[in-house]
Amino acid sequence: MADTQTTSQVTSDGKAYWKANIRLIFISLIIWALVSFGFGILLRPALSGISVGGTDLGFWFAQQGSILVFLVLIFFYAWRMNKLDRQFGVDEE
Amino acid sequence: MDQTTINIIFVGASFALYIGIAIWARAGSTSDFYAAGRGVHPVTNGMATAADWMSAASFISMAGLIAFTGYDNSTYLMGWTGGYVLLALLLAPYLRKFGKFTVSEFIGDRFYSPTARLVAVICLIVASVTYVIGQMTGVGVAFGRFLEVDNTTGLLIGAVVVFAYAVFGGMKGVTYTQVAQYCVLIMAYTIPAIFISLQLTGNPVPALGLFGEHQASGQPLLERLDQIVTELGFNEYTAHNGDTFNMLLFTLSLMIGTAGLPHVIMRFFTVPRVADARWSAGWALVFIALLYLTAPAVGAMARLNITELFWPEGTDAQAVTVEQIETDPAYDWMATWQQTGLLGWEDKNGDGRIQYYNDSDPDMQARAEEDGWDGNELTNFNNDILVLANPEIANLPGWVIGLVAAGGLAAALSTAAGLLLAISSAVSHDLIKGRFAPNISEKGELLSARIAMAVSIVVATWLGLNPPGFAAQTVALAFGLAAASIFPALMMGIFSTKINNRGAVAGMLAGLIVTLVYIFLHKGWFFIPGTNSFTDADPLLGTIKSTSFGAVGALVNFVTAYIVASMTKPVPEDIKELVESVRVPRGASAAQDH
Repeated sequence: MADTQTTSQVTSDGKAYWKANIRLIFISLIIWALVSFGFGILLRPALSGISVGGTDLGFWFAQQGSILVFLVLIFFYAWRMNKLDRQFGVDEE
Repeated sequence: MDQTTINIIFVGASFALYIGIAIWARAGSTSDFYAAGRGVHPVTNGMATAADWMSAASFISMAGLIAFTGYDNSTYLMGWTGGYVLLALLLAPYLRKFGKFTVSEFIGDRFYSPTARLVAVICLIVASVTYVIGQMTGVGVAFGRFLEVDNTTGLLIGAVVVFAYAVFGGMKGVTYTQVAQYCVLIMAYTIPAIFISLQLTGNPVPALGLFGEHQASGQPLLERLDQIVTELGFNEYTAHNGDTFNMLLFTLSLMIGTAGLPHVIMRFFTVPRVADARWSAGWALVFIALLYLTAPAVGAMARLNITELFWPEGTDAQAVTVEQIETDPAYDWMATWQQTGLLGWEDKNGDGRIQYYNDSDPDMQARAEEDGWDGNELTNFNNDILVLANPEIANLPGWVIGLVAAGGLAAALSTAAGLLLAISSAVSHDLIKGRFAPNISEKGELLSARIAMAVSIVVATWLGLNPPGFAAQTVALAFGLAAASIFPALMMGIFSTKINNRGAVAGMLAGLIVTLVYIFLHKGWFFIPGTNSFTDADPLLGTIKSTSFGAVGALVNFVTAYIVASMTKPVPEDIKELVESVRVPRGASAAQDH
């Protein structure tokens, strides 16, 4: 009896952990797409009013801004996930 | 001391350093050979990954492609960095948890099928060999210039050096050597950029100088560049001139291709823990970003410098004279590069001047007629020479030029070595040991690994003699192949418990074949020139160029896998448990061999 309970508790915890991870990935990838495909390419005309050093914001995002955001995203994800691992007790001992 | 001697000293010294490190950290066992005993710190690993990753395509080729196209080639910048986000979020930690040596082992186990493993190996080999062809193009340019011989001779000498270098050690030798290579290549890339940025904008940070003020004219640098290139009939530098849909697809192909390339993924098997795999991807991108944030500045500033060299008195005045090109030391670089066959000019109208302009632009044709010009007289400027020629164009000191030669070779060599290692482990570990001769001795496995390296370098060199494009474009094709075949299989293997053995095999084959055929239709069958039925200027499907097709191939892969899996036997319970266990870090151990 005790055994079944532990197993089901572990499974539901595991599911919650995975769900939290998927949610985090999903949010991160929206930002990832927004700064590159969005600001860098598709939304560039909409941002053309904001000028940056001889050109516009979209150009900056395409050549530098997106890279900086990618960096922040990866470190944020690593930090958040390592915290999540400990929260759910699934980190490496 | 003349320039050739300085180059030899710099290149010789850097090689002595790499070989010294390789001998010091020589691979002892097969485990060392593939994964460096898993004792590599995330920062060290990040630096080595960066060196491994930034190849001749990034170092030698990319800034040149940006310089001559402008904004539209920002795709390379976003694509080759954005892939790390996918790698860090979708693949690296799970593959590290799985704890095997190679990508194809994961695919073989997850899809419980030796056939899936075999197909994965074939996909890896096809993508990696294409990648090595691109590297060999860059190696040819670098050796050609550095030894002052023509491109073909440079390529053949380079091939011998790459081979000798790659057989020296395995991953451990390579990991520490690559840290040294990273240091050499990043200095070689940024130092000349800093000089040039100071000359043009007074800002010592090239990435900021790009958006700074051009001191000579008092205008913003990019505005100045837009002005002078449009005055010569070229496309505005910062404007979007190409097709938007193709640009999106190309960026996406590079991104998912990055996350599907075996030699990069292998790096994440060598960190001690799952948590470190997440950090490692971040550190790799930090070191990569140092170059990638500088590259657009290098491109824009070089384009400005080159244009001004040909129009020293402004674009509305007279062009540079042939006499000045032959006698003025500021133009010495043109004679040295002419020897490689990658730069050419011709005084077509015999007026003693070299007019550099866009001769297909109607306004310029009118001006040409008026002034008696007879077409663009800068007849050949190979984009791949731009970065290596850049310090000479900007008239920088001799030691900077020597450093750039060493850096270009470091970039090409480190990646070529990493790729050859990935190919050789795929052949010896997955193909021979995993399928045909499971009882092979460690010695036999190492020998077959080295034979595989030799064969792939010969094939790549032969195809590199007539490359399907500039170094970065050929490399982009390799990314398309990886994007269409490996990435979807890995992603479905981790994020879906529904995709079964048949689905994965069918998906990988469909993605690989459709992409390969599309590339061959545009670039020639097996890249043999003249056998293509279409060109990238007028592609088969709408505006989709062969370099952008990887994203379409990936979609074909996903859809095929899903359809086939839903029509065949479901995934067994033990494999579902395997997937569940890969998703949590707890219980990660050192990798096990078969």
